[in-house]
Order: sequence, then C-alpha cells, then structure tokens
Amino acid sequence: MTSATPPGAHLPEHGDFLWRNPEPKKSYDVVIVGGGGHGLATAHYLAKNHGITNVAVLEKGWLAGGNMARNTTLIRSNYLWDESAAIYEHSLKLWEGLEDDLGYPILFSQRGVLNLAHTEQDVRDSVRRVEANKLNGVDAEWLTPDEVAKICPIVNVSGDIRYPVQGATYQPRAGIAKHDWVAWGFARKADEAGIDLIQDCEVTGFVTDGDTVTGVCTTRGDIACGTVALCAAGHTSVLLDMLGVPAPLSSHPLQALVSELLEPVHPTIVMSNQVHVYVSQAHKGELVMGAGVDSYNGYGQRGAFHIIERQMAAAVELFPVFARAHLLRTWAGIVDTTPDASPIVGHTPYRNVYVNSGWGTGGFKATPGIGWCLADTVAHGRPHEYVAPFALDRFVTGALVDEHGAAAVAH
Amino acid sequence: MQLIECPWCGPREETEFHYGGQAHIAYPETPSELTDTEWAQYIFFRANPKGLFAERWSHSGGCRRWFNAVRDTRTYTFLATYRSGEPQPEVQS
Amino acid sequence: MSSDFRVEGYGRVDRDQTLTFTFDGRTYTGHPGDTIASALLANGVHTLGSSVKLGRPRGIGASWTEDATGLIQVEEPFPEPMLLATAVELVDGMVVRGLNGQGRLAQIPDTARYDRKYHHVDTLVIGAGPAGLVAARAAARRGERVALLDDRAEAGGSLTGTETIDGRPSRDFVAEVTTELAGNAQVVHLPRTTAFGHYDDGFVLALERRTDHLSDPPAGRSRQRVHRVRAKKVVVATGAHERPIVFADNDRPGILLAASARDLLHRYGVLAGREIVVFTSDDAAYAAALDLVAAGAKVTVLEVRAQAPAGAGDLHVITGARVLSTRAVLPADETVGNHGRIASVAVMDGGGHEFGLTCDLLLVSGGWNPTAHLFSHVRGPLAYDEALGAFRPARSVPGVEVVGAADGVLDLAGCLGPEVTAGDEPERTPGEVIWRVPGATDRQFVDVQRDATVADIARAVGAGLRSVEHVKRYTTIGTAHDQGKTTGVIAAGIAAELLGTGVQDLGTTTFRPPYTPVAFAALAGRERGELFDPVRTTAVHDWHVAHGAVFEDVGQWKRARHYPQPGEDMEAAVLRECTAVRGGVGILDGSTLGKIDVQGPDSAVLLDRLYTNMMSSLKVGSVRYGVMCGVDGMVIDDGTVLRLADDRFMVITTTGGAAKILDWMEEWVQTEWPGLRVHLASVTEQWAVFPVVGPRSREVIGAVFPGLDVANAAFPFMTWRDTVLDGVPVRVARISFSGELAYEVNVNAWYAPAMWERLLEAGAPHGITPYGTETMHVLRAEKGYPIIGQDTDGTVTPHDLGMAWAVSKKKPDFVGKRSFARPLNADPLRKQLVGLLPTDSTTKLPEGSQIVELCDDGVLPAPPVPMLGHVTSSYRSAALGRPFALALLKGGRERVGDIVHVPVGGQLVAAQITSSVLVDPEGARRDG
Ligand SMILES: Cc1cc2nc3c(=O)[nH]c(=O)nc-3n(C[C@H](O)[C@H](O)[C@H](O)COP(=O)(O)OP(=O)(O)OC[C@H]3O[C@@H](n4cnc5c(N)ncnc54)[C@H](O)[C@@H]3O)c2cc1C
Ligand SMILES: [Zn+2]
Repeated sequence: MTSATPPGAHLPEHGDFLWRNPEPKKSYDVVIVGGGGHGLATAHYLAKNHGITNVAVLEKGWLAGGNMARNTTLIRSNYLWDESAAIYEHSLKLWEGLEDDLGYPILFSQRGVLNLAHTEQDVRDSVRRVEANKLNGVDAEWLTPDEVAKICPIVNVSGDIRYPVQGATYQPRAGIAKHDWVAWGFARKADEAGIDLIQDCEVTGFVTDGDTVTGVCTTRGDIACGTVALCAAGHTSVLLDMLGVPAPLSSHPLQALVSELLEPVHPTIVMSNQVHVYVSQAHKGELVMGAGVDSYNGYGQRGAFHIIERQMAAAVELFPVFARAHLLRTWAGIVDTTPDASPIVGHTPYRNVYVNSGWGTGGFKATPGIGWCLADTVAHGRPHEYVAPFALDRFVTGALVDEHGAAAVAH
Repeated sequence: MQLIECPWCGPREETEFHYGGQAHIAYPETPSELTDTEWAQYIFFRANPKGLFAERWSHSGGCRRWFNAVRDTRTYTFLATYRSGEPQPEVQS
Repeated sequence: MSSDFRVEGYGRVDRDQTLTFTFDGRTYTGHPGDTIASALLANGVHTLGSSVKLGRPRGIGASWTEDATGLIQVEEPFPEPMLLATAVELVDGMVVRGLNGQGRLAQIPDTARYDRKYHHVDTLVIGAGPAGLVAARAAARRGERVALLDDRAEAGGSLTGTETIDGRPSRDFVAEVTTELAGNAQVVHLPRTTAFGHYDDGFVLALERRTDHLSDPPAGRSRQRVHRVRAKKVVVATGAHERPIVFADNDRPGILLAASARDLLHRYGVLAGREIVVFTSDDAAYAAALDLVAAGAKVTVLEVRAQAPAGAGDLHVITGARVLSTRAVLPADETVGNHGRIASVAVMDGGGHEFGLTCDLLLVSGGWNPTAHLFSHVRGPLAYDEALGAFRPARSVPGVEVVGAADGVLDLAGCLGPEVTAGDEPERTPGEVIWRVPGATDRQFVDVQRDATVADIARAVGAGLRSVEHVKRYTTIGTAHDQGKTTGVIAAGIAAELLGTGVQDLGTTTFRPPYTPVAFAALAGRERGELFDPVRTTAVHDWHVAHGAVFEDVGQWKRARHYPQPGEDMEAAVLRECTAVRGGVGILDGSTLGKIDVQGPDSAVLLDRLYTNMMSSLKVGSVRYGVMCGVDGMVIDDGTVLRLADDRFMVITTTGGAAKILDWMEEWVQTEWPGLRVHLASVTEQWAVFPVVGPRSREVIGAVFPGLDVANAAFPFMTWRDTVLDGVPVRVARISFSGELAYEVNVNAWYAPAMWERLLEAGAPHGITPYGTETMHVLRAEKGYPIIGQDTDGTVTPHDLGMAWAVSKKKPDFVGKRSFARPLNADPLRKQLVGLLPTDSTTKLPEGSQIVELCDDGVLPAPPVPMLGHVTSSYRSAALGRPFALALLKGGRERVGDIVHVPVGGQLVAAQITSSVLVDPEGARRDG
C-alpha cells in the first residue's frame, strides 16, 4: 500500500480572512461593474497605484464566479502583433511579481508553452511569431520535433499521426496559475484597501445625464458614481445595450474539462491549432484542457458535447498516453469575442464610462496587465498607452489588431 | 446538441449545421454612399442579445440551404426556423 | 487465501468458478460476477490506499459508483488509473493496486478499439430499477421504440431479491420484464451502459463497457461504445444515493453506506463485517441490518431519532444516539489490507452517556439524495427539500420525466406505480436530516477523497465566504472523482448551518456531465490517426507514391511536394525540378485546386459582384485571373475563371480555399441575392488537372491531342479549348502559374491515371519531369505570384499585393470595394508585397523571418525593435542561381533598392528590396 502523499497534494491554504461583505454605500467615486479577475485587479491597482479607494466592485453573482472561475489559466505573452505583445508582456511581468504584490499564493508556475506546428504554413506562421516576439523582447524559440519531444516527451512527434508535428514555438516564461487564488488575492487586497466588494448585486440600468452616467441601478438599489468601468466579460453587450452603445462583440460558450488526478506526466503546456486542443497538467495532477468556442452566440454557460469529443480525439491523437485518462468534469464560460480576436478597451460615447471587453478566450493572462492599465485609464481619464490601440474606433478606421488572421492562436 | 428543424429537411442533428450570425442584415444598397462609421456598422457590428435572437443557419451537412431561426441565447432553444425571405415569426420565449 | 466473508446461500456470483487476481502484490480469489471490491471484501480486505493530502488510510465505502473513496489502479490486463473498485468487474489474472490519490497513465499505447452507435427512439429509460423497468415495459407495450440503459451488469437496480412484486419474488419480476423486453424488436436493452450526459432535445450519451468483464473477449469487439441516443422522451429512473453522516474519523476503511452492505450481501454473497454497528437517521438501514443479522452478523443500531421505526423488528436499537468518533487498531501486519480499519466507535446515547462499541464494520445512513444529475444536465431545476435533506427535481422539463427514487420517491410501491403491486413494506417514518455530529471538526471529513473537513468549511465561512460555490472552492469539496455525489449536499448543509441560513439560500446545485468519468479514448472513438480527419488523395495518388513523392498536407489533401531521386534532399530535388520545367517540360498534379461549376443566366452578374475584377466581359473560350475579397476588403482567395458559355463559368479556387469559397458564394447567392438565377456545384473531385509546363509543353500537348491546334495564334494564352481523346472529353487551358508556356489538361477523374501516363509517355522524349508543390511554389514566386494564405494573412488587400490592375474601377460595387476607401487603406506605410534578395547571394532567409531597418553598426538594438514586415516565401532559385524571397514590407514598393536587415539565428542578414517579379519580368516566356 502506498501511503506517501503524491506531488501537488499540498497546495497552500487560503487566507483566514478574505473580504468583508459590506452593504452598498449611496455613492462611490468609481464603480466597477463585474467582479471577475479584471474588475478585481482594476480595483486593486486603483488603490495601490493611484490611491483611489472610494470604489465599489459590483458583482451580480458570487465574486469571480464567471470566466475567472472557469478558465484554463494559461498565461503567455507570445502574441504576434506589437500592440498585443506590449500589453500581454506587461501583464506577464506583473505575474512574475504578483505573489509578492498581493501577499497571497497564486501558484504561478512558469512551465513554458509549446505551440505546435503541423503544416508548412503553421511553420511559417510560427517562425514569424517567434521572430516578432524576440524583437519585442518576449522570450521565444522555434523548436524542431526532437526538441519538442525533449521538453514534453509524451507528445507524439512521430510521423504516424494525421498531422505530424513539424515543430513548435516555445515560450519558457509562460505558465499557469490558480485562478481562484489569483482572484481572491486581488479581492483580499482590494477589500483591505477599503474597496467595497458587493456580491449578488446586478447592474440593471444606468442613470444618465447627457453624456454622463451619474449612477447605476442595481438589484441592491441605486448607487451614484463618478466613473464607471465595465468589466463584465461575456455580459458586456447586455450592459452596453442599456446605454445604447453598439459594440462588435458576440458572446459564445467556451468549454473546458479536467481529468482525475494523475501522477505527473505533462511538464509543460501544449497548444495545437491544427489539431485543436490545448493541455496542461495542473498542480494537483489533473489534466486541464480546452479548445475553441461553440459556434453560436450563447449565454448559457454550457456547450455542445461534440466539441468535447473532438477535443478528446485531438488529445489522444497528440498524446497517446492519455487514452485511459478519464474525463471528470466539463463546464463552460461565456466569452466575449471580437472580429479581430483582440480586446476592446477604452472610451465609450459616455464621458465617464470605460469599457473593458472582448478578451474572448484569452483574458485570464491579461488580468494583472489590464487591471493596471484600466486603473491608470480611469485615474487619468485617458487610455493608457498599452490599451490605446484597442479602442472601439479601430473598426471604423480599419486599424484592426488581427490576432486570428495572422496568428491563429487563442487562449 | 440541439435537434434543429431545417425548414427543408426536417429535424436534424446540430452537427449538420453551420452558424451564420445575426439574420436580416441586408447588404447595403449603395455601400459607396455610406460613411466609414456606417460601413463599419455593417461589416462588424452585430446584435448580441441575451434572449431571443434572429440568426442565420446553413444546413451545410444536408441540403446546404441557408435559413433563419429564432433562438433563445440563454437556453439555446430554437423557437422557430423559417426559410430565407420569409418574415421573422412572432415567438415568445 | 480463503474467502472468509462469503456467506452461503447469498449472492449471484458463480461459485463454481474461481478467479485469481492480485491486489497490492498479494493474490486473492473471487468468482465470476464479483467486482474487485466485492472480491476484496470477501477476503476481508477493506483498505485500498491512502488519501491524497493527509495520507490517511482509505477503503471501500459503498458498493457501486456512489463510493467516494475506493479507488484503485488497474495494472493488468492494461493500465488504467483511478477506477472504483466497486465498479470494476473481476476477471481472471487481474493485477490491481491501491492509490494514494493519483493514478498513473499507461506508458504503452492503448490498442483497444472504441466506437459509437446511434439510436433514435420514442422513449429512453435510464435506469433498470423497479421504476425504470415499469416505465420501459409500459412504453414498449404502447408500441413505442424504446431504449433501456442501466449501468450495472444486471437489471433490477436497488431490488435485493427479498421484496415481493405482483405477488412473487422481485427477481422473478425483473426476469419477467426483461424477458418481455428482449422479445420485442422495438426495444434495445443495454446493461453495463452508463448514461453520462444529457443534452437538449432528448439527446443522451451513454457509455457501454463491452469487453472488460470478459476473460476472453471476441477479437475485434470494441472495448467501449458511446451510444448516442435521440429520444422524444427521456425517463430518468436513476434512483437515489444514500447519504452519509459526518462525524470524527468517519473516513476509515470499514465504514460503508448501509444499503451498500445489503447490496454486497444479496448481489455478491459478501458479508462486509461480522460485528456491525449501524448509525442511521433513516429507515432503509433497518432492512439492511435485518438482512445482515439473518446472514449471521451481530448488529447494533445507533438511531439518531428518538424512536426506532416500525421496521426495527427485534434489532438491538439505541435511540437518540450519535457516533462521536471511531478508532482503529493497527493490526500487527499492517499490509494485510486492513490498515487503519475501524475497530470501535465512541457513542453517545440519547441520555448523554458516552460509551464504546467494538465492531469490524460501521454502516451509515443519513437519508437519500435523488440521483437527479441527468435531469440537472438539461437545466432541470433542483430545489432543496427540507424533509428529504436533499435536492430534488423542482419543476418538469419538457420531454423529460423523472420517476422513482430519482424524484425523491423512497418506497417501492411508489416507485412501481399503480399498475404493479408491491408486497408489504414497513411504513416509513420520516428520516431526520442530520449533517454531522458535534466533535473534532478537523477530523470530520466531508469530502473523504479531498481530505476536506468540517473545520475547512468553518474556516471558509470565517474568511467571509457566503456562497456555497466559494465554500466548495475554498475547501475543494466536491471536486474529486465522485464530484460530490454523496457529499455535495452535506457540504451545503454544514455551510448553511454555520452561516445560519437555509440550504436553498446558499444557491442551488447544478450538475455537469459526465455523470461518471469516461475514458478519453472512448470519447475520441474511431477519430484517431487516419480517421482523425479525412485524407483526400487525387486520382493519381498511387503513381506519386510509387514514384517516391514526398507528401505535404494541404488542407485535408495529400499533395506531392517533390519527387526526390536517390541521394537527393528536398533542395536538390526542387532545383532539378525547377530547371527541368524552365528548360524543357514538367508536369504537376494540380487536381486539388477547387473547381466550382457556376451555371445560370445571372452567373456573370454574381461573379462581377464577388470578384474584384470584371468577369462579365470575359468571352466564351477565354480565361481570366481574378481576386476575391471579404467585405473588409482583404484578399480571401484568387484563381482563374473559365467562361464555358454565356451562362456558365468554371471558377478555380486555391486548394485550401475550395470549400470555403463555395460556401462563401452560396451564402451570397442564397442570403443576399436570392433573385439571381445561378446555381453552384463543386466539381473539384470530378476533374483532374495536370498542368504541363515549360517551353517544350506545346510539343507534348500537340502529340497527345492531335485534334487540338496548339499553335499560339489558334490557342492563345488565357484561353481554353475542348478536345476529345479516345472518345473521352478533355479540356485544355492555357493558364500559367510559372510564367512558362503551359497547358492545363482537365479530364474526368476516372480517366486521370491513363491521361497522366499518356502525358508522361508523350513527354518522355522531351525529358518531361513530374514536379511537386514545392517546385510550383518556387516557380510562381520567381514571377511574384502570391499564394493566398502564405503571402497574405487576412490583412492584405489586392493593392498591397500590387494587383490594383485586378481591381475594377468600372464596377459600381463588388464585395470589399467600400472597404478600400477606409482611411487606413490610404496609409502609405501599408505592407506591400516585394521581393527580397539577400546581399550575400547565399543565405536563404527562413520563411517567417522579420525585417528591420538596416542597423548601421551591424548590431540589433535592444527590444522593442520596430519591425517593417516579414518574409512570406523564400527559396533557392535555379533560374536566378541564388536564393530570393517575397516579403510583406511597410511601404515596400517605394523602397525598392533599399537594404534592410533580417535577423536570422542571431545574425543580421542584409537584403535588398526588389520588385516582386524576379524572373522574366517582361512576360516573354509564356507563349513559348
Ligand atoms: C473555458 C474557458 C477557458 C479559458 N481559458 C483561458 C486561458 O487559458 N487563458 C486565458 O488567458 N484566458 C482564458 N479564458 C478567458 C478568461 O477567462 C477571460 O477572458 C477573463 O476571465 C475575462 O475577464 P474577467 O475575469 O473579468 O471575467 P469574468 O470572470 O467573467 O467577470 C465578469 C463578471 O461580471 C459579472 N457581471 C456581468 N454582468 C453584470 C452586471 N450586469 N452586474 C454586475 N455584474 C455583472 C459576471 O457575473 C462576472 O463575474 C478562458 C475562458 C473560458 C470560459
Ligand atoms: Zn436541410
């Protein structure tokens, strides 16, 4: 009988105290709508970087129970375009110091990410991205199939799969973290700074005066506000509709799944677009994986099973050893996607309302970065330089930051 | 995993269909007369309601015809499907 | 070792046969019909492994999939991690071991086969217990098509055999119903089949275990099968799970759910202990206790309620009692499967007296949780039922019916319904809902697998958490293998108690698929390897294989990339093939190009709207190159168009774009311009295409098609001609993707191999050389012809490609036109397609390389370094005698002649910007 506890069994305990459960005040300088990772991080940096603490985070359900609680926690910054690389790399640098900043364990594990290439065109696109990353100061390498096998021996790099692995990009600083720990770390700090985290408080309307929003209507009463920051992820359109502001967002189910706890087999993160799956092995030993969004618009937090089946086929194709791992749980979040797969952040037609949305399948990694930049934007009343390229008006000028056309890597 | 009623073929598995986004957005009569903003609206901006949504589907693995549907984006339930060109039926969720 | 705990006269295992297996290195025996758990318990083995966090001993806690702890690793016949000992059927020679919370994956490939099967039925009944059997029989008798699934090896569900139904023993009733169903061709009855996911519109996925229970499975039989059932009506008859009560040290081996012990007795003939304490707040435990006494055990019942219920018989019952904690005696030899097993309980009776009871088994029953998972999967709302102490279906969902214990009906008569009569049962007294007993909260386990305790819940609540979801995440309760089947509601109950609110107020529970874990390979089914994605091959694929072609994946196609001769690498082969084409004649298999037959009086109107250039002015017999853009003005495909008649065109697309472009065209025709009289059909597979290319191609074509006048005047560039060869119609088009004189031979794919051979034969005197896609790419790049998807990336306009000439100024509109007028399109710094010549004349720039301004000192500055663009295509050119590249470069066309730097492997390679057309810029070669 084995009795030694396995690797990953002992994760750090959560804090003895996380947050108060205050009653909403009549008025706040800043109201953040949405208590996911982005809303909480924004609250933290408002307090920490700008000394703004008369702030409420309004959350319609339980704190960080949306996509923040449902994502697969991949963190990387190896994006193609300069604009994307800038904000994701800023974010990654913050991740690297986040545990100290928050004084909370977040289990950030920089185990690297491999983005596999399976076709000649994949290879070209990959080299292009690696070279761009290097010039942008983002760590990146191009690996041959043999080098891939050295980093992750369980990937089938032989020629006998349908789309043999031709190589991979590798970002060693990429990693995973524990989403709840991250969200709660931010929440605890924000609460400590005096920011009110208000749950079961859905924003149901806005009080406007010309181009100014003077208050929000909520299921816990009306609240007056100086500035509003929308951090509602998949529900952004619902809020913008209340303001009559159109945005090119569509909300889709995005599914993920885990296996049971397994002895360590998978030392890194592997993503494949052609074969359409990505996998990491989380701290306790479960395989965590996902793929693309369900095709149709949906607010249901559930998706279709054929998407999961296809992921399983892809996983077993790339990792034959996974054959008898078991699917333990599936779930879905609601992700807000945009035409160019880049976020929409910045001004709205309302003077004092900022929107932060469109992070789609990949906004977890941006959590500290966007929190930092959005807090700065709110504090100074103008877009931070890293979010300026992601303004809504790019769809009019045509200055898209097309992260799927050219880069074709999500999450 | 819906069973979708193709207006031409009858009920078929969701996997036979392809999604086409919001319905009833006509290609502008004279695009050259639109402002950049109006043109951007046409290309990129689509409604994203939480609730009833009129949208396009194509029975790509069947008769290959496009048709329209009214679906509830909260529950994913199809409340109606109808042929292209037909008016959007009144339905309640 | 003897099976000490097997009792005569009980159970349905086949005692005439003995099976041998190994657990943790020791050999044990069992019988056909056993599970690993029943066989181990028969041998007195309770302890399986240890817990993940605290390393505490863990054993078997139930008799079926509600077991939260009894996990094992199967090593033989094939390694499989984290299986419940209660659900693994025993076969001879099995090797299993206990776990410490993590399983291990096999290091060898799983060669078993997994497949799928589809069913369309009127009624699907999930669960073949009494409620399910009655429902299935009724549906079958109504003449419906019925599927009946049950996860266990035999039907009957919770029926032990001691009950009476319609005046006879319950097992006879089960046999009668299953026999009737078996005789009905409209009914499918699948045992060992677990419905694991329920989706909208009556869609249920179920996993059938087909071979693991057989010692000698028939060759070729799939190991597991996923049944995909579409049903007009789904009847959920999945029963209920017994719920434990939490007390200190409730995690020991030797503590089981009460009904499980009864199940073990009647199903497997196993008496899980001889000196048994039953701790209960519910009546069902009494039936178990009585049966165990009858089988020879000594039983003491600790009743939570103040009074023993009607069914207590002459059992020894201590009322108002609580188990305070348990104790183990470490056996001298602690490896004998009993490490940490319970030896006594500390009890407090109704009068507050504390005392100890020795025992070798503690049975617990805190009531029942309806197994409503499959109802919840389809958004069936669950509500907390105070009396039941559990969540149960609150409202109905169209097309779904929940019956029996799954709906909270706990008596047999209620489950059977009015048509069938149950024998007398003792009247049920209401159970008492009790989540836990006061005591040492840090040893009161709520999630035994995750080592999560009442103390953890208290800490979570103390930390400010108010939602049950937060509490679960804080404590990890409900995230383990059993997904909180038995304990989810207990966690909610305890949290509610600590917060002083109602369970319902903490938020309801929703269950997510799968109901029980499913192997990845089972879900992957047959979609692996070759079948992962269809492989498309051309009509002459076999020839390519026979001639040593190296293939490349292009979409789903296998395309010959080059044909290396002995000793050649790709570079040598491609240089040879290129030289052959430009110096003589080559032949390519171009059959994968997409071909769309466009017919109808409005064909020309449609093409004018979809191509950037004018197609309506094309003459019958002629060919025109065209570009298609998306509405955003970015190039999506290019190719040639042949006008076959006034009302008929053949549209040629790229290989990768074929399906997409047909869909694109259909979408416009059907959704925007339904008034256009046009029909589209893919003829990609019908036509094989063989470009015969090079200065000697005219001789070859002339020789093969004597009926065709191949002279330039009679058959000029960008025209096509029909001809006939041996009665087979052939279409030849003068299209060139290399700048050379070229004839593309189109023929019905049936005749393609013969045609290919004819062309080779006629070309032999001219040294005709088959060439692959790589050579094709080099030749077209030398001419500056872009490959859509390689030299473009969805952000490139025709103007960026230097193809303003292909954009009509005459047409008032076409798809994409308006976008060209957006401000950003006027930006002089847009990236444009140019040529790039490494100044050292030797370096082949890697495709994908980024381009930066010339660094005067030859050193790359610190990041971020502004990028000018990137290399899209790069080859060695036989014609130029040097490497060259195509690139997308900011303001590139204005910069021809400039030198830029390209970082390559830590070095900076200087390259000169040139026009994108490097070979034959005058176009002198195309007419031969
Ligand atoms: C399955 C899945 C996998 C993913 N994997 C990754 C990954 O690996 N890496 C990565 O970087 N990203 C990933 N993502 C994306 C990432 O989760 C999101 O981009 C990111 O979490 C969005 O920001 P958020 O945390 O603020 O969103 P959320 O956590 O969704 O927060 C939005 C909050 O707003 C609240 N809200 C909405 N409307 C209102 C209202 N009217 N009033 C009050 N509150 C409201 C919601 O309840 C919600 O809590 C994944 C997402 C999913 C669903
Ligand atoms: Zn159809």
